[in-house]
Amino acid sequence: MSSSTTAAQTEAPPVACIVIESSRGWASLGLRDLWEYRELLGFLIWRELQGVYRQTALGISWIFLRPVLNMLILSLVFGRIVQVPSDGVPYPIFSLAALLPWSYFANAVTRTSRSLVDNMHVISKVYFPRMVIPIAATISGLVDFVAALLVLFIAMLIYRIPLHIAILWLPLLLLVTVAFALAAGFWLATLSVKYRDVAFAITFLLQALMYASPVIYPVSLIPESLHIFYYLNPMTGVIQGFRWALIGGEAPPLLLFSLSVLMVILALVSGAFIFRRTERTVVDVL
Amino acid sequence: MTHYAIEVENLGKRYRIGRAPWQTRGSTSLLRKVLSPFNYLLSTLREPEADEILWALQGVSFNVAQGEVIGIIGRNGAGKSTLLKILSRITEPTQGRAIVHGRVGSLLEVGTGFHPELTGRENIYLSGAILGMKRVEIERKFDEIVAFAGVARFLDTPVKRYSSGMYVRLAFAVAAHLEPEVLLVDEVLAVGDAAFQKKCLGKMEDVASEGRTVLFVSHNMIAVQNLCQRVVWLDGGQLRAQGTTADVLGKYLSVTFAAVAEQVWYEPQTAPGNEKVRLHRIAIRPAGGVPGDPISMSMPLLVEVLYWNMVPQARLHVCLHVYNEQQIIAFTTNSNETDPITQDNPLPVGLLRSVCHIPANFLNSGAHRIVLLILENGLKIIFRHEEALQFEVLELDERPGAWYGKEPGAVRPRLNWTTDLMIAEKMP
Repeated sequence: MSSSTTAAQTEAPPVACIVIESSRGWASLGLRDLWEYRELLGFLIWRELQGVYRQTALGISWIFLRPVLNMLILSLVFGRIVQVPSDGVPYPIFSLAALLPWSYFANAVTRTSRSLVDNMHVISKVYFPRMVIPIAATISGLVDFVAALLVLFIAMLIYRIPLHIAILWLPLLLLVTVAFALAAGFWLATLSVKYRDVAFAITFLLQALMYASPVIYPVSLIPESLHIFYYLNPMTGVIQGFRWALIGGEAPPLLLFSLSVLMVILALVSGAFIFRRTERTVVDVL
Repeated sequence: MTHYAIEVENLGKRYRIGRAPWQTRGSTSLLRKVLSPFNYLLSTLREPEADEILWALQGVSFNVAQGEVIGIIGRNGAGKSTLLKILSRITEPTQGRAIVHGRVGSLLEVGTGFHPELTGRENIYLSGAILGMKRVEIERKFDEIVAFAGVARFLDTPVKRYSSGMYVRLAFAVAAHLEPEVLLVDEVLAVGDAAFQKKCLGKMEDVASEGRTVLFVSHNMIAVQNLCQRVVWLDGGQLRAQGTTADVLGKYLSVTFAAVAEQVWYEPQTAPGNEKVRLHRIAIRPAGGVPGDPISMSMPLLVEVLYWNMVPQARLHVCLHVYNEQQIIAFTTNSNETDPITQDNPLPVGLLRSVCHIPANFLNSGAHRIVLLILENGLKIIFRHEEALQFEVLELDERPGAWYGKEPGAVRPRLNWTTDLMIAEKMP
């Protein structure tokens, strides 16, 4: 070995040896492999972003228009017509603070869950750690999130609502949102490979989850006795946390929120393992 | 001591094929239909039964030495693509294992990962990354890729506006500049125009000459013969033979393409035909050979037709329609055009033999089918036999130039050409 490989080693990295065999039971997560392909992850995220607003008249301004329009519609319907209470905060600010994590979550879950099926033509032709596909789909939505955040800051400036120190919790809350979206994405992407029913079910699931979360109404409308169940939904804590960090008010109860974060972590880890188990034979099913 | 680049041990892949719906007996009531998704769920949970299993690959073992170019041949469905998919880690084997030493590049398709909305420049990076190249590597080879593809002017145009030729050229250029130690190539040569195929094969020869290992799956026998030192022959998911190219290819050709080189019927009562004529034997063979011998473009061929004539004083002649793979009639030929016996002469009752001589260097390569007709009085078809003979014309001869792709055309005669200088002129 020694004499023959030295010449090669000066040029290329040491010769890797890949063993291909049927893996039994639960394989490792293959995080090292994933790290090797981090550049591809970057390219895939960039591809998602590049593709979205190409050949649209308004182009990139859509990422600002979407949160503005969403905010206007919600404010008109729920703020003006239905007159949903908003804990003393102007309704546009109240709804946009919730729409930040919610829109990101809903879009990311939708995109991630169909990412495997959408990228089948690539998956069936070349090897790379399949996990980069759902991860890229989840992360690429963050650009829209940042744009919506800018819109919120401008709106807060208009309504003269000051920022305060709790905003430092925002990155952590965002991390929980991303983790939850990825966890749901892993599970749903895995399921949608075998059962295309998932694509239809997701619309309804997300709608149900939106009504089960304080997006258009405040947490204070839910009776205190039901909060134990209400906070089992991680998005409840996240949305309440976003409102608290951005515009003040009541912080989510730490214990209940921690519990839901724990659930997110469990769902993420189990989702990742399920995904790894499926990816080995995914092309045989699709 | 030999270093192996690829070691394959007892490799197998089992697929589960769905059971046809009519095999599940019983009524197709509404209730059954409503419950059917649950049936599907249940069927994925239980162990598959024997009739639902297909072994696409089973018990295959072979080794490939470093720097070797190995060909994988076999009919459609022999397991070639499954083997490639396993080796390129697209799917996992069910049993056995394979060890690959070194970085693997697989070319299972041209243009993997291209995004139509992105520009040529952007797609070079994207496709390169998907194929496993690092960013710095792509940057280093960027100019070379663009030059190879010849799309410099359109680098900032979305690839959806490219002509299909440009698209394929760019896609292949990216893939060709991947520098893996082990290159797996599927029938990529089947796409694109003649010039592109030539470029493809030229690039593959370069790769091989640089001492890298190439595993090449192809139907193109002349390419296999010219590029590969060794060949593995898969048949029905199993390894049928492996060895030097000449050995294995010879066996493969004689077994695979001998299928309908000859048909014989011994009983005039049951032979195909009617009350006027009955077939006894039809066969095709190279001149000087026997039916079943491989047929190449450079061989003269004989088609023999033996038939019983039952009607005294009948005026019959034989006609052949030769179809090619595209189901186009490459040519037709009638015995009464050149043969004085069937030229308007009454024939006696008995067994007759008509032989057609097809010259060498006339048919193009590929699969052919002969339909036999027997005509009465020079114009009326009294008997027609479809699927009379099937044979493959192989191109096995050295060709000038680097291209091994198939030339277009129903026939491929070698015609005489002459060139001479008409007027000598001094160029200014």
